[in-house]
Amino acid sequence: MVKIVSKKPNSLKEKIFHYCPGCGHSIVHRLVAEVFDELDIRGIAIGVPPAGCAVLAYNYFDIDMVEAPHGRATAMAAAIKRVLPDRMVFSYQGDGDLAAIGIAESLHAANRGDNITVIFINNAVYGMTGGQMAPTTLLNQRTTTSPAGRHKTLDGYPLKVSEIFSQLQGTTYIERCAVSSPATVNKTKKAIKKAFQCQKDGLGFSLVEILSACPTNWKMNSIDSVQWIDDVLCKEYPPGVFKDETAARKLAEASS
Amino acid sequence: MNKTLMSGNHVIGEASIRAGCHFYAGYPITPQNELTEYMSEHMRSNEGRVFIQAESEISAINMIAGAAAAGARVMTSSSSPGMSLKQEGISSMAACELPGVIVNIMRGGPGLGNIRPAQGDYFQATRGGGHGDYRTIVLAPATCQELADLTMDAFDFADKYRTPVMILADGMMGQMMEPVIFKKPTPRQYPEKFMLRGAGTGKSKFIRALLLDPIDAEEHNWKLARKYEVITKNETLCEEYNVEDADMVIVAYGTSARIAKGAIKRLRDNGMKVGLFRPITLWPFPEQKLRALSAKIKNFFVFELSTGQMLDDVRLALQGYAHIDFHGRPGGAVPTPAELTNVIARVYNKND
Amino acid sequence: MIFKAIFSGFGGQGVLMMGTSLAHGAMSNGYHVTFLPSYGAEIRGGTANCTVAIADEEIASPVASEPDYLVVMNAPSLFSFQNKVAAKGVIFLNSSIISERSSRSDVQAYAVPCGDIAQDLGNTRVANIIMMGAFIKKSGIVTPDIYLKSLESIMGGRKKGVAEINRKAFAAGFDYVKD
Repeated sequence: MVKIVSKKPNSLKEKIFHYCPGCGHSIVHRLVAEVFDELDIRGIAIGVPPAGCAVLAYNYFDIDMVEAPHGRATAMAAAIKRVLPDRMVFSYQGDGDLAAIGIAESLHAANRGDNITVIFINNAVYGMTGGQMAPTTLLNQRTTTSPAGRHKTLDGYPLKVSEIFSQLQGTTYIERCAVSSPATVNKTKKAIKKAFQCQKDGLGFSLVEILSACPTNWKMNSIDSVQWIDDVLCKEYPPGVFKDETAARKLAEASS
Repeated sequence: MNKTLMSGNHVIGEASIRAGCHFYAGYPITPQNELTEYMSEHMRSNEGRVFIQAESEISAINMIAGAAAAGARVMTSSSSPGMSLKQEGISSMAACELPGVIVNIMRGGPGLGNIRPAQGDYFQATRGGGHGDYRTIVLAPATCQELADLTMDAFDFADKYRTPVMILADGMMGQMMEPVIFKKPTPRQYPEKFMLRGAGTGKSKFIRALLLDPIDAEEHNWKLARKYEVITKNETLCEEYNVEDADMVIVAYGTSARIAKGAIKRLRDNGMKVGLFRPITLWPFPEQKLRALSAKIKNFFVFELSTGQMLDDVRLALQGYAHIDFHGRPGGAVPTPAELTNVIARVYNKND
Repeated sequence: MIFKAIFSGFGGQGVLMMGTSLAHGAMSNGYHVTFLPSYGAEIRGGTANCTVAIADEEIASPVASEPDYLVVMNAPSLFSFQNKVAAKGVIFLNSSIISERSSRSDVQAYAVPCGDIAQDLGNTRVANIIMMGAFIKKSGIVTPDIYLKSLESIMGGRKKGVAEINRKAFAAGFDYVKD
């Protein structure tokens, strides 16, 4: 008798990720796919990848996907969900896509309480374009467009997406996680699963912010990168549940 | 059948709903607010249809792109400055071959300009507007009845060619009321295979325009170009009015064509044989029909509510075979038929 | 035949309603019609105007170069539009609040104190309908019956009393201008 201890999730294609060694995208892709398998929603999932490193997500996810212009993923996802309310619709966005050029679309989808899930990868840098400053770049962090380090009076401050979105009345579930160790990866998967469960139960907008390594643009090796997430990034962006109204909303729904 | 007295903005809304528009997103901007308001009232009272007041025109166009990908009949509307914002999404829809109807109730520009009727967005509409090698079908109605008919046709064109279709009107068309009769819409024919509905137990699909391999991207561009050729061959529309005996033909579209018609009546009352050539599709431009006229008519007069944009297309169509005069009133200024009559009469007599 | 009429006044005087009701009546009578309102910032608290064209053939332009009729509900409208009116045209003015008279000698002018008549009827909001009574009588574009039916269909499901006061107001205006 053979016992399967690990296998490729059905919701992923037979393709090797193009992501850099140590990049968090590969981990998060797999986690999302595993959640799809476990919730048995692969056949009703529709995803909207970003412009950014994950723009090619449709090469890996074995689900229906449609590309969005840079920053517009939540606008498209919200519309898809309104047209097909019984499908599981999510956007998968980086910090530039969600928190810079697409902050309006993201914030308003959240504020409308659109019943979608947002997987938000925060690696504090623009990956695909080659390491420029992101809205989430830390103060004094060197990037190709902040070569002397992010300057608070010239460049502004790191943008706290989970904190901001948890203030919006339209949001239901907001959690920040990291993919820096087996323990944090497991925790991230739980958060992703909860976010999709939230959508499945019709409870409203869910967002999981995931602190994720970009060794290439951080100019570190993989080990140092995950260490930097724990030691530095998590200080600026503390992981945790920022908002969880799933139980309250379920209760309200049951009693209404 | 009963006629209904409706404003152009309401006509577009009603025609779109009758044509089965399932999803509308828009952002308020004068002079098209009545359309957004109409949709808010009537979409939500129709079971299952969706209206969203978007946070911006950028969001609105991308919402309809998403809804189109999900298989819905979709529409958004705006006016000139808002259309500039929509260009990103229009380019994306053209590239991803997503059908949708986009309404531009033009106002004075450039910049914020004003809210009076103008036709300064002709280049933006007919040259693609956004980045990349693409075209949008552009329909230019001149009456509320035509607005009703062309709005329905726009959805069919969008589906047939899987491309965004623009209705290009202006503040006067949007605000003006005329009696209309709504025709029976044709049942939608749009194959399920182009819709994203979730993979089910089958193969997953994706819709994208990112083609990193230039050979793939080149092929995609040529594929779109071949489609635009087919559209150009099959779908040009125009109206010829009083051209049979004309010495001079005015070329004008939409509101300016109406003003021109008023002028032509006055000119003919004074013995000047003037006719009208009115493109109804601005892209594809009815250049064959216009060129055919130049076989016997040697004087053309282009009239636009702009500094001269369609003028380029008229020059390209006539290829130097006829003389072209131009009169333009940009920035929201709308001449009366009497004023235009005087301008044309001077040119007519000079050319004589 | 083609007629063009401009209705103009303060926002809130029901000027656009005068135009739409006339356009609707003419449509019911089988005519081609266009109704073109002023819109946007122009009418926020300021003046409102609209142009109605009525013809037995396709209407080329909804704009009036030389309106055959001008109905002005306030003084600024009189000054703005009186010089556009065609020779032998007709001007109706709300003499309750316009003390001036048209400076044109080549037009027919009717001064209708529609504000005062409305006050007498106990409803100052029907001044526009009173003016329409005078307008319909003198223009003869549509019959009173057709006009009143159109007015009712535009007002839609509003209270029954409204139709009655409108009929009264219309009659008062109609009777005010002599044959």
